[in-house]
Amino acid sequence: MSGTQATSGATSGDPAVQSLYQRLGGAGAVDAAVELFYRKVLRDPRTARFFDGVDMDAQIAKQAAFLTVAFGGPNNYTGQDLRAAHAHLLDRGMGEEQVDAVIELLGATLVELGVSPIDIAEVAAVAGSVRGDVLSR
Amino acid sequence: MNRRLVYDGVEHDIEPHETVLEALERHGRGVPSACRAGTCHSCLLQALDGDPGERARRGLKDTLRAAGYFLACQCHPAGDITAGPPGGELSAPARIASIGWLGHRTLDVRLTVEGEFSYSAGQFVTLLRPDLLARSYSLASLPADGELRLHVRHHPGGAMSGWLADRAAPGDPVTVRGPYGTCFYVPGWPEQPLLLAGTGTGLAPLYGILRDALRHGHSGPIRLVHGALDARGLYLVSELSELARAVPTLDYQRCVLAADTDADAASGPSPKPSPESSSGPGPGGEVRVGDLVDVVTRLVPDPTGHRVFLCGDPDVTRTLQRRLFMNGASNRDIHVDAFTPPASTTPTVPPGTPQATR
Repeated sequence: MSGTQATSGATSGDPAVQSLYQRLGGAGAVDAAVELFYRKVLRDPRTARFFDGVDMDAQIAKQAAFLTVAFGGPNNYTGQDLRAAHAHLLDRGMGEEQVDAVIELLGATLVELGVSPIDIAEVAAVAGSVRGDVLSR
Repeated sequence: MNRRLVYDGVEHDIEPHETVLEALERHGRGVPSACRAGTCHSCLLQALDGDPGERARRGLKDTLRAAGYFLACQCHPAGDITAGPPGGELSAPARIASIGWLGHRTLDVRLTVEGEFSYSAGQFVTLLRPDLLARSYSLASLPADGELRLHVRHHPGGAMSGWLADRAAPGDPVTVRGPYGTCFYVPGWPEQPLLLAGTGTGLAPLYGILRDALRHGHSGPIRLVHGALDARGLYLVSELSELARAVPTLDYQRCVLAADTDADAASGPSPKPSPESSSGPGPGGEVRVGDLVDVVTRLVPDPTGHRVFLCGDPDVTRTLQRRLFMNGASNRDIHVDAFTPPASTTPTVPPGTPQATR
């Protein structure tokens, strides 16, 4: 999916089956998960320092946008957007460890919310698919 | 290619890296400004045509956005733009009613507004002198008080606070613009625990919010923590101590970064025997020594479910917001009023004048 748009249709081939985003609960699920997830990110020593001094309100809005992508929801992000948004973090030492941590914390958030292991794996796959763009590779 | 700006009917150019505020200043157009960082709202303008962009509207209420308002200091329009000063509905002529002191370095400025002026306690306004010197201050009053009450930190030589302390007099005309901000009490869920924490004159909006919550019959526990550099920065101590005695749900705490020395306590204009000095059983109990962030975190280790109001120093409020969120408070329940000091490039302030807005 590198360099292309992540869209809801990409994760479900069968129209009779609900999309991942629908199964998770759509915008309501993003809403329920975003604070739990971002709290974990701020508490984790692998990721916390990359959020020093950022505006909380703006950051939570960005995290909600990320969860929408990861949940297979409607979004207009391109690979180029993700590269531009993370370029300054690469200079500060962001790498594989941080991407792994984010996917792990996202999984822990969904476990807390009672999401099935199959859906969590699918979310992790979508989130992992943008790794190359986030790390500008 | 430079964009065009039509301001108040006159056309100017905007250079590629300029904000609308910088372009207007380069062309000698008088526009009030103070923090130049998008928080004080002094440079609010109204767009009549063209798009000021999202960044220039951040923090504005929906009603203001809908009416085309934007902040000139944050505005890099993508194209041409036509704008003018804020319409009459946002500005009210006012007069200084009285100026007094709340402790050693804080002025109690009261204003009488001519005509209607609706606001919620805790919101802020821009105070404009006739020469367009502008500073924003939070409101410590409730609408029922009649006059608007501002707590102004006095900086000797400060453009606005120096004028208020030394030269302004009751009856002097000023303009009040606003109100702005979303840091105020909304009735509902009266049992919810409230946490109010602020530094310096951040007490002004907290005092308004506290009185507003009590007036609405808030029944849940309310904790107010006021921090200052030293005891001279604390004020309203006897009023708040008395209120805490009368209202069993209210817990009032103070903290200072540096404990007072005797020399400090004796150097102020008031001869009172330093009732705020540390660990004494004086009015309001002891003063804690420490950083507001640490004191609040220790007093409220689990802020889950609290409604939080944080006012004052931008670094302290930002750090506290993050800490309280990490400890369990919902960001939706955290209301922040960060006081950004005026930028030293403000033409009406001599460079280097240390002066905090509000």
